[in-house]
Amino acid sequence: MAVIIIDEKCKGCKLCLKACPFEAIDMVDKLAVLNEKCTHCKQCIPECPFDAIIDEEKAGEKADLSAYKDVWVYAEQRAGKMMNVALELIGEGRRLAREISKDTKVWAVLIGDKVEALAQECFEYGADGVYILEDALLQKYTTDGYTKVFTEVIADKKPEIVLFGATHIGRDLAPRVAARLNTGLTADCTRLDIKVSSYIDYAEKYTTQDTSDLDPASDDKGLKQTRPAFGGNLMATIITPDTRPQMATVRPGVMTRRERAAGAKGETVRVTPVLAASDIRTNVKEIVKSAKEIVSLTDAEIICSGGRGLGTPDGFALVKQLADKVGGVVGSSRAAVDAGWIDHVHQVGQTGTTVKPRLYFACGISGAIQHLAGMQSSDMIVAINKDPDAPIFEVADYGIVGDLYKVIPEIIAEWGNADTLYEATIDRSAE
Amino acid sequence: MAFKIVVCAKQVPDTNEIKIDPVKKTLMREGVPSILNHDDANALEEALLIKDKYPDTHITVISMGPPQAKDMLIECLAMGADEAVLASDRALGGSDTWATSNALAAVIDKLGGCDLIFAGRQAIDGDTAQVGPQIAEKMDIPQVTYVSELEISKDMKRITVKRALEDGYELIEIDTPCMLTAIKELNTPRYMSISGIFDACKKEIPVWGAADLGVDVDKEVGLDASPTKVFRSFTPAPKGKGEMLEGETECDLAKGLLVGLKSKHVI
Repeated sequence: MAVIIIDEKCKGCKLCLKACPFEAIDMVDKLAVLNEKCTHCKQCIPECPFDAIIDEEKAGEKADLSAYKDVWVYAEQRAGKMMNVALELIGEGRRLAREISKDTKVWAVLIGDKVEALAQECFEYGADGVYILEDALLQKYTTDGYTKVFTEVIADKKPEIVLFGATHIGRDLAPRVAARLNTGLTADCTRLDIKVSSYIDYAEKYTTQDTSDLDPASDDKGLKQTRPAFGGNLMATIITPDTRPQMATVRPGVMTRRERAAGAKGETVRVTPVLAASDIRTNVKEIVKSAKEIVSLTDAEIICSGGRGLGTPDGFALVKQLADKVGGVVGSSRAAVDAGWIDHVHQVGQTGTTVKPRLYFACGISGAIQHLAGMQSSDMIVAINKDPDAPIFEVADYGIVGDLYKVIPEIIAEWGNADTLYEATIDRSAE
Repeated sequence: MAFKIVVCAKQVPDTNEIKIDPVKKTLMREGVPSILNHDDANALEEALLIKDKYPDTHITVISMGPPQAKDMLIECLAMGADEAVLASDRALGGSDTWATSNALAAVIDKLGGCDLIFAGRQAIDGDTAQVGPQIAEKMDIPQVTYVSELEISKDMKRITVKRALEDGYELIEIDTPCMLTAIKELNTPRYMSISGIFDACKKEIPVWGAADLGVDVDKEVGLDASPTKVFRSFTPAPKGKGEMLEGETECDLAKGLLVGLKSKHVI
């Protein structure tokens, strides 16, 4: 799968240069030539009117991947409490397992000390089975300890897919495990598919790509891992064709947890990890819970976010008033965080939190792609901005062009009258 | 023996400045500047702070990328790094994180190893946060990611770091040699100095290809060796544009909004 340019067909029209997001095409002697910036993203292929750019499939020996089966989820726990994202992934892992075949199972992998009690929670959220790896040395998360025991059990049991939450711990552990196993890892996925037909369904519903070259009846059961790249400007679907397991980290809040089935049962397999104190080369002296307010953006029904358009850090006082009035939490754009106006925990977007609340207020947010990537699946988006050309209006359900310092106080003042205002409009239309 | 620090840096497009062509729905990259990745600047700054305190410290900035990435490395030299090396070769193109870490680990080996590898948490174009840990894995050294504070012992053997978690932090001790990744809370990167810029321009930046690094272009680096491949790529479908509210006064606008939200049963 490599993009190549066929010199004989290239007419030097430069259309591919404009299509390339990476400035990876140069003109040499009036012909297009790929340079080392090429990521083989294939954006240029449809742009070429002369079919001079093709995606070349390398014929090579395929490794035997049939020994690998089942879907594993790293059941991340901290101090004996399951992380939400792990429960979300158990549900997603189950969906993927069933897409592979009806007897493919989803396993939760619990690593820690005295964590057996959490197995029940894993079953209730959809796990068919739970691997339990307990050792006193695993009481706290360490890169070395967890990498060693997890890698060894993967090498032994051979899962087809291993999923991690893209938390600070998941993103520390997964790259080490993948590198030790010499397999591929795709970061921060927002969508996973097995069957080509489900991928086509997704692509047609949510993307602009042309799927006519994909065969819905294909027996390809590889994991299709879709993620934002380039600050959310581009989406890429990544595959791991020749190595196993296929590994991915998945953003918290993106997948949906299954309904909890109280009393659900499953298979438990205990694995005794082989671990010595000398294997762990770091010493976790202390784990401190932050005293600062925990901003639960992922669970919020309503989010009121502020951006650079607030003009001053004090603008967040007004955003907070709005949030208090509507029962929401305060979010922000990266620009406001970078300006030092508000803590990073409030940040919504590609490098912050991905959110999908019922109602999202974007106040003074221009709508950089990296912000949109983290909030555009909100059910309802309201944008208030001075600039009528701000990209945020492209995704807003309701747009207000105006001075947010004048508009927001009016929304706060009228909020309680919404019913009366609405009824008045119905009465009028009935007349 | 000088304390040797290798800082891994990447030249990235400023993704904040990118816009989508509203008609063609393609990326508009004209005028988008290439910059030193933010988190990497924090990594370099922390290395420079160590050097400020312990002058017998040698900082080498390494990068992999096209020849133009030299500009970014000159900037790193002008900030105060001692030397810089660029791994650049057609054969390295298309590398995923696994293959990139093979190449960069080979660069560090060729430099004769080091006491501390410092990288940014993640690059703003790929956002993977994987290359740092994977270099550490290849070099078989311990790591701490998301470093927000750092204290190094006088004998330069032990580092105590604060590692940021979503809801707090961990205090971790780690012995050198090790790999750390920096987040922006760690420090504020300094500007280039005038004399730094002057000196930087006089410095030679070696460019090493796959052959210099002794990496296997079929099995270790480049597109074909990479375990992950791009299956498809596309621009996200924009959500359909909604209604722009009209009104004489702010009060009218607010009322219009509330009526709309009510009619759609959002509130």
